[in-house]
Amino acid sequence: MSIEAHEEVLGKAYDARLMRRLLAYIKPYRRSAYLAIVCLFAGSGFSIIQPILTKIAIDRYIRNGNFAGLSLISVIYILTLVLVFGLSFGQTWLINLMGQKIMYDLRMQIFGHIQKLDVSFFDKNPVGRLMTRVTTDVDALNELFTSGVISVFEDICTLSGIIILLFVLNFRLALAIFAILPLLVLTTLMFKIKVRNSYRKVRTAIARINAFLQENITGSAVIQLFSQQKKQYIRFTLINKDHLDANLESIFYYAIFFPLLEVISALAIALIVWYGGHQVLSGFLTMGTLVAFIQYSDRFFRPISDLSEKYTILQSAMASSERIFKLLDTEPSIVSLPVPKSLAVDKGCIEFRNVNFSYNPGEPVLKDISFKVDPGEKVAVVGATGAGKTTIISLLSRFYDVQEGEILVDGENIKKFDLQGLRKSIGIVLQDVFLFSGSVAENIRLWNKDITDERIIQAAETVHASQFIQKLDRQFSTEVGERGSSLSVGQKQLLAFARALAYDPKILILDEATSSIDTETELLIRDALEKLLAGRTSIMIAHRLSTIQNADRIIVLHHGRIRETGTHQELLRLKGIYWKLYQLQYKDQPDGVRS
Amino acid sequence: MIKKKYALVALIPYLKRYRYKLALGFLMVICTVAASMLSPWVLKYVVDGLTKGIVSKKLLKYASYLLGISVVEGFFRFWMRRILIGVSRYIEYDLRNDFLAHVQDMSLSFLQTRSTGDIMSRATNDLNAVRSVLGPGIMYSMNTIVQVVIVTTILLKLNWKLTLLTYISLALASLTVKKFGGQIHDRFEEIQEQFSNLSTKAQENIAGIRVVKAFAREESEIGEFSRINLDYVQRNVALIRLWGIFYPLMTALIGMSSVALLWFGGYQVIQGYLTLGEFVEFMLYLAMLTWPTIAVGWVINIFQRGSASMGRILEIMDARQDIQDEPGACMPVQVQGALEFRNLTFQYLGARNPVLHNISVTVPAGATLAIVGHTGSGKSTLVNLIPRLFDPPPGTVFVDGQDVHLWPLSELRKNIGYVPQETFLFSETIRENIAFGNHSEMKDAEVEWAAHVSQIAQDIEGFSHKMETYVGERGITLSGGQKQRVAISRAVATLPKILIFDDSLSNVDTYTEERILAELTKIMKDRTTILVSHRISTVKAADMIIVLKEGEMVEYGNHESLMALQGVYSELYQKQLLEEELAVI
Repeated sequence: MSIEAHEEVLGKAYDARLMRRLLAYIKPYRRSAYLAIVCLFAGSGFSIIQPILTKIAIDRYIRNGNFAGLSLISVIYILTLVLVFGLSFGQTWLINLMGQKIMYDLRMQIFGHIQKLDVSFFDKNPVGRLMTRVTTDVDALNELFTSGVISVFEDICTLSGIIILLFVLNFRLALAIFAILPLLVLTTLMFKIKVRNSYRKVRTAIARINAFLQENITGSAVIQLFSQQKKQYIRFTLINKDHLDANLESIFYYAIFFPLLEVISALAIALIVWYGGHQVLSGFLTMGTLVAFIQYSDRFFRPISDLSEKYTILQSAMASSERIFKLLDTEPSIVSLPVPKSLAVDKGCIEFRNVNFSYNPGEPVLKDISFKVDPGEKVAVVGATGAGKTTIISLLSRFYDVQEGEILVDGENIKKFDLQGLRKSIGIVLQDVFLFSGSVAENIRLWNKDITDERIIQAAETVHASQFIQKLDRQFSTEVGERGSSLSVGQKQLLAFARALAYDPKILILDEATSSIDTETELLIRDALEKLLAGRTSIMIAHRLSTIQNADRIIVLHHGRIRETGTHQELLRLKGIYWKLYQLQYKDQPDGVRS
Repeated sequence: MIKKKYALVALIPYLKRYRYKLALGFLMVICTVAASMLSPWVLKYVVDGLTKGIVSKKLLKYASYLLGISVVEGFFRFWMRRILIGVSRYIEYDLRNDFLAHVQDMSLSFLQTRSTGDIMSRATNDLNAVRSVLGPGIMYSMNTIVQVVIVTTILLKLNWKLTLLTYISLALASLTVKKFGGQIHDRFEEIQEQFSNLSTKAQENIAGIRVVKAFAREESEIGEFSRINLDYVQRNVALIRLWGIFYPLMTALIGMSSVALLWFGGYQVIQGYLTLGEFVEFMLYLAMLTWPTIAVGWVINIFQRGSASMGRILEIMDARQDIQDEPGACMPVQVQGALEFRNLTFQYLGARNPVLHNISVTVPAGATLAIVGHTGSGKSTLVNLIPRLFDPPPGTVFVDGQDVHLWPLSELRKNIGYVPQETFLFSETIRENIAFGNHSEMKDAEVEWAAHVSQIAQDIEGFSHKMETYVGERGITLSGGQKQRVAISRAVATLPKILIFDDSLSNVDTYTEERILAELTKIMKDRTTILVSHRISTVKAADMIIVLKEGEMVEYGNHESLMALQGVYSELYQKQLLEEELAVI
């Protein structure tokens, strides 16, 4: 592959447009930034003059036997040490504090933006990817703001300071030393190119190793079944060997580079000794200056090899900011009107009017759906998997917008509602109950401070959730494990009921769990549901016979269309789709009416 | 549990393999340090010579000495790095191979208790930390020790009073590293902990975004996130405070040793106890100690982290492989493929109740057994026990009349062709996937025959690279049904005596299914076949059918007798007819 192609893969190290946008984040904290830069300048200044102090000590006092002067210089030296200490503390503190504040702002901005995005956006973007935007990508930028930009400043500062000083000290000797500068730059450049190539090889190899490992762990059953451990092992050793070789290659370059740097620096010292020594002999140069030159040559080389390291930081920061900005630039399409006509649902009347919807163009999920639910009415929706039941819920809450037709609540198109107000008025209990890590109480109130502890307890009481909650270690304060893994399916359902009840919505939407639940819990759920539904308009995606039998009306959805409507008995008499569904799904369940 | 403190001991056998290289590397360390000691010595002569007035010829000689010394030093340093860091990479290579070898022989029950990500992070991050101990850790500790010993000896000889004075602040600096190092490490851990809280919050929020939106909880979510974010920032700031003091303090303390030298050394030069050249020499040697002073703390840190990581790696490497050849395992006289379950009751490790109760079935060689039942009835568990993916209790599962425990494990599995419920293909070509189970090279005709049996051959013809098409690579990804069919080809390709299909036709349409079954019947004649399915159409023709319900065998017979029974089987059949009817309405 050509070099250009590689560069494309790694991305640009500097992009003016991105950089400008990034720098805008510094603006609120520009005072800290300026002050840090002042500290930085002063700090490197004081640290650079230290060898000069040694020079003065040697030339003026040590060689002339002036002990008092030597003591004075020593005190001044200590003073510079204290100053450098203070200044570099100030600089580190200021710049990192600023970095942290910026990261805080950025994280809040990204997180806040994610909250606004459409549900369809989350269908397309995996959780892990979005998460990295808030975490690792932001951290890569922190690196840029704190160590990256600042240490580049510092290196440049030190370098130019030393260059100026050397010229002031002795113009000719300085020139002689700078003669080897091109050699240094050339070596560093060559090394960078070589190392970058072998680094790339290492990265490719490690990616292959990880992919292989991952595949072997997930596919271990297949490997064991076919007794292929030996073959896989041999293949792995080959990939592993590539990684080893690539690393050995990069070790080779490093092993050459560092000694080479030292030879070049020795060359500088040899020049100082030879050329500077001559000048000392002929009286153009003092002994102290010669020593100062030797000390400086050491300080001079470090920043140069440092500088090239910063390239990688810059590169990954650019890549991260590109990704972050791309996310921030994604605008949600489902938003409230600037001035919404309705703020909340009043009566709770729902109407679907000739609704057509598809997730992907050309694959309609709902076709010409029209139905009306009166305030307080209980409607059950039944159908085979993939009939489009869940989509109805998603549309009512405006997770997606309909492509044709309209959805009305209280006679008003839902697009004219305040989005938050609409959703607050609609309580949803999803089939797969999502629990957040946090206490049971927080999972009911969902961090809503308006919901009091009393209301939580009351809600849990009403839906029979408090029975099992009381048995938990710390009752309502019990921490729910990640995604509620410590609770059973039935318990999660009851918790979700309590959550819905605590929010006291006008409209309730319920997607019943299909999983089998023990009879005891089943009875609890049945009773809880009745209490939950009382006095609310409800649409239920029903999987339980009892739910269907208690519904005022049943809508049968089949292949995206409403095919039958009526009560349980009416539909059974029809001997159509519902009858077949009943035979398939509900017949074996304990009868709701009799129990 | 392994004591993390001693985890690094486990590396000794690995280090022993490279003992000659390590010894040579150590020699190189000594040579490098020794060579680096020469330059200040030469410079002393330069400075002293200049104060006394020397001829310029000598200056050139000294300058070339300096250059020569650096070349020699560079030579040694090159080999030092190459050998010592190289060894660390070799050991990393060995460790990684051993890790894979161990992991791939671990039983499914072990792998199921740990997430892939967890095992992966041990093989990557932890291995990296251990590698740092073996490479930079060992090299720098050798280097530091040798350098400190030699420099101290020289300095003491040069002027012991001055040495003691300058070492005071260096010792303080080293102590600072140790003290701060520990604290910084602790704060860093706290930050990592909060970082994972931050990630969890973000992850949960995004995973549960529908709930958040449904309850219009965006504002409070932002508030919660802000709280965690702020805590994270505050923990970072606590680290910065330490960090901000640590480095400047180090610099100041090391600088203090220069001042001590300047003042007291200068005094000694004035008094005539020390020449100016010796003063400069002292100064240069002292500068050589800057790095070791810092390195001590750094190296300690590398060792601490490496030790913790090695402990984590050992948790995997020391885990027992619970399913393996048992003593006295031997091959039966003839492999025919007869199968028997005898009073089999099976319970997963740590589970409360058994998943299979008292199953007894005998399948003669060459016969076909079908297993039907609802999800969770124990069908997959039953067939998983035959190749010992999970270990059945002794005396319950027999192949050719011999307890599966008494078979050599690899021989047992070689004679079983298994198509698992969840198809797993490797990201290789289709050919390689089909030939995966064969221990010898497969001929083209054989691969094509296997492809034909599963009816995947026609699909393959349509792919741009035919058999050489990569599975799962960008561009072409196989459909669920196609993957299942490749997996079927893979299983039949080894010409096993027992064929197991664990719901392997679920993603294949009924038409293709019929053709696959027709092809399979040809090869099923002299093989024992087990078909797990919830589709009646698949199992209708089997010699015997068992119906499982909650781990118990509730019905037994063939299609006709089971239909006559009017039980679970016939009900299942009715329902499927209904489903087919619904689908076409």
